[in-house]
Amino acid sequence: MNKKILQSIWKQILCILLCLIVVAPFYMVLINSFKTKAEASRMSLALPTKWMFSNYTEVIEKGKLVQGFLNSMLYASSATFIGVILCAMAAFVLCRRRSRFNNFIYYFVICGLFFPVNYVTLVRVFQSMNLTNTRLGIVITFTSAMIPFCVFTIRNFVISVPVEMDEAAVIDGAGPLSLFFRIIVPLLKPTLVTCFILQFMGVWSDFLTPLYLSSKSRLFPMTMAVYQFFGKNTSYWNYIFADIILTCLPVILVYLIGQKYIVSGMTSGAVKE
Amino acid sequence: MNKKKIYPQWFLLLPLALYIIFFLFPSILGVLYSFTDWCARSSKTGLHFVGLDNYIEIFTSNKNYADGIYHTLMFTLISNIVKLIPALFLAILLQEGIKGKGLYRTLFYLPSILPFVIIGIVFKSVLNYNSGLLNSSLEFLQLGFLKQKWLSDLGMVWKSIFGVDAWRGIGYVMTIFLAGLNAIPKSYYEAAEIDGANFWHKLRFITLPMMSGSIMINLVFGITYGLKVFDVVYVLTNGGPGHATEVLTTYAFQLYSNGQYGMSTALNAILLVITAVIGVMVVKVMSKQEVQQ
Repeated sequence: MNKKILQSIWKQILCILLCLIVVAPFYMVLINSFKTKAEASRMSLALPTKWMFSNYTEVIEKGKLVQGFLNSMLYASSATFIGVILCAMAAFVLCRRRSRFNNFIYYFVICGLFFPVNYVTLVRVFQSMNLTNTRLGIVITFTSAMIPFCVFTIRNFVISVPVEMDEAAVIDGAGPLSLFFRIIVPLLKPTLVTCFILQFMGVWSDFLTPLYLSSKSRLFPMTMAVYQFFGKNTSYWNYIFADIILTCLPVILVYLIGQKYIVSGMTSGAVKE
Repeated sequence: MNKKKIYPQWFLLLPLALYIIFFLFPSILGVLYSFTDWCARSSKTGLHFVGLDNYIEIFTSNKNYADGIYHTLMFTLISNIVKLIPALFLAILLQEGIKGKGLYRTLFYLPSILPFVIIGIVFKSVLNYNSGLLNSSLEFLQLGFLKQKWLSDLGMVWKSIFGVDAWRGIGYVMTIFLAGLNAIPKSYYEAAEIDGANFWHKLRFITLPMMSGSIMINLVFGITYGLKVFDVVYVLTNGGPGHATEVLTTYAFQLYSNGQYGMSTALNAILLVITAVIGVMVVKVMSKQEVQQ
């Protein structure tokens, strides 16, 4: 018995050490975001001698964070909302009507899980449609890129919704749209929420898409705004850290609220219950 | 019931159109453009077919583009090993029952939700030679001799990138493994213990075979992530020192910024071929599994 207790103590110590490794950089960033410029550049873990709450108000102004936040919010919520609804419709039909053609379409879409987006030619396509440097273009790019993942995840879930639901609704006189939006969507809610959260966080974190597609700073999402601010003010670590905290806060909030959905969604393909 | 009526095919129309026009079409167009001299001046001078010139340039020029391809493959291989094996043991450790499992899981997963740009900037500070958190902690622990120029020493820089990548990614991999472990009935282990199996026996004969699904998912995500890696390298080292850490995507972006679009799409086309081969193999396996069910 003694051996078991000893073992569990070792395990706890290991886990706590690992947690420290994860948390230390966060703590360092947080504590240094309240220091003066000179103090922050030493990057120590000590408490600030003088709490500079003004760092935050200043960086919001200097780093154009309000614009960045609104852009990120617009890109992440609209691209994800449209993407998830469209993919749910497609996944529903692909799952219920498994004709030879539809099966082909399914695997054809799934292949997109692996391909990289070719941004250079995408810019070319946007030029011919007058979509370069527009918010619409960026939203469309995000929506298109999430289609393979969402179709894959949602279709795996539709399988578990009994077909009898559809039959009952149709006998009661429901058309395809009211069947889908009033009967199926509520039943798919868990997987739709999962897709929404995962993709929202993905779009929020994405860097490559705006890097290629927006040359105008008024279109920059928060990640780009931070990176640009970092490039211009390399020695102002106090501002950079405050900027980082503000950019991370929304995703961390979404993560803590939606945690249980994230795990179930990530693993839906991996584990058969 | 009339399937055509209740499951209308037009539900597929919009997502399929978006997928084809803005995702697939640019990729195919990229392959076509990779055989041309497309560049920033092409609007004036016109576009010319140059055959395999771009590819020959990639593999023979002194600009080390081929090294970028090699680095991408190496990153994919090593970053997966560095993440998968520790994550597996970590998942087993948490699964065997430990106080505060939920809290640990939440914390370990946390880094993987953050934007890579942010993590890159944070670690640029952590790995700073003079005042960075890592070197000063080493000094504090009387381990000053382990101090390194993490991001500028040629022998160290890849290890730092793998370290940062693992710091971010292990929690994600672990979470998927945990779900796989959860689905294994406890009675299997009990039976094995009665037969006198030790930890390694149980791992080899029960855990690994029962977790093939989650191992597969992790490998697929890990490989596709590795081949497309950009953010971490771009922000941490921007391909440097010199060109020591350039990967396919950083070269492609560089060429794009220089206006050498044809070369950039040629690099992208190479990446497309590599991912397509892997993707088709995986999808084939998946479609077989589906038929079996």
